[in-house]
Amino acid sequence: MSDHKAHSEAAHVKIYMMVFGALMVLTIVTVLVSYLHLPPALGILIGLAIATTKASLVATFFMHLKWERRLIYGLLGLTVFFMIVLFAVPIVDNHGLKPNIIHYDQPAAEEAHH
Amino acid sequence: MEHAPVESTGIPNGKLGTWLFLASEVMLFATLFTSYIVLRVAAPSWPRGWDVLNVPLATLNTFILITSSVTIVMAHAKVLEKDKAGFRRYMFFTLLLSFGFLIVKSFEYASKFQHHHYPATSIFYAIYFTTTGLHGIHVIGGILFNAGLMIWGAGDGWEDPLFAGRVEYAGLYWHFVDIVWIFLFPALYLL
Repeated sequence: MSDHKAHSEAAHVKIYMMVFGALMVLTIVTVLVSYLHLPPALGILIGLAIATTKASLVATFFMHLKWERRLIYGLLGLTVFFMIVLFAVPIVDNHGLKPNIIHYDQPAAEEAHH
Repeated sequence: MEHAPVESTGIPNGKLGTWLFLASEVMLFATLFTSYIVLRVAAPSWPRGWDVLNVPLATLNTFILITSSVTIVMAHAKVLEKDKAGFRRYMFFTLLLSFGFLIVKSFEYASKFQHHHYPATSIFYAIYFTTTGLHGIHVIGGILFNAGLMIWGAGDGWEDPLFAGRVEYAGLYWHFVDIVWIFLFPALYLL
């Protein structure tokens, strides 16, 4: 049994190293894309897609979700559902919020760099 | 008297507890990301991250944190292989990388303070310091737990039936901290 366990562990280690490589490459890609200074909407879409891919790789393999049980999937499914609700509320209500929330004369950040 | 992990749900209680804790942590950070979205959408102007923040340093920190995720998952693999020296080596690297992350982050903060950029300076800096500060506190928490495991593992912890599980849960938490950074990095620096 311990032999079997050690064997499957060695297989896992191989996967960990492949995920490591993928995460490094995706980090480089996301930084390089940012240097293109794409229009905000496109940039955000690409940046979010890469970040979500990286997070999924970490959760699936490093956090062992690929080999996890149903109870944990259910728990996480519920969490993700409410997280999306939380994100959706201000986006859906964006129209009502926009003119109201910030109208003091403080700029979002100084234009001066560093 | 040795006792095996309790698993009345088919999952060790410690693991279920860790995941429940992480679920609450997801919601905590989700509220901050929601604030970020609302503030950014409502702000009259929003700086581009690369104009006001140090992208190369943050990229370095991303590499550091990803590498530490690999070392802690390796530390757990070494526990399963009953390789005590291997566990200590990988846990030590994890701690080293965690401190590396904090050192880089403190350089970033110091440079901001030097230029009189504080949380009160602007909405952008308010959300920047709040999110990265809370993330930094999580890194410190992880360091404390991981260092505790290393000390316990050097003593009688290594023989404890709960040891492998606790190393795994420390890893779950640490990977979560990594995932938060994976989203913070583009949200603040790149988009």
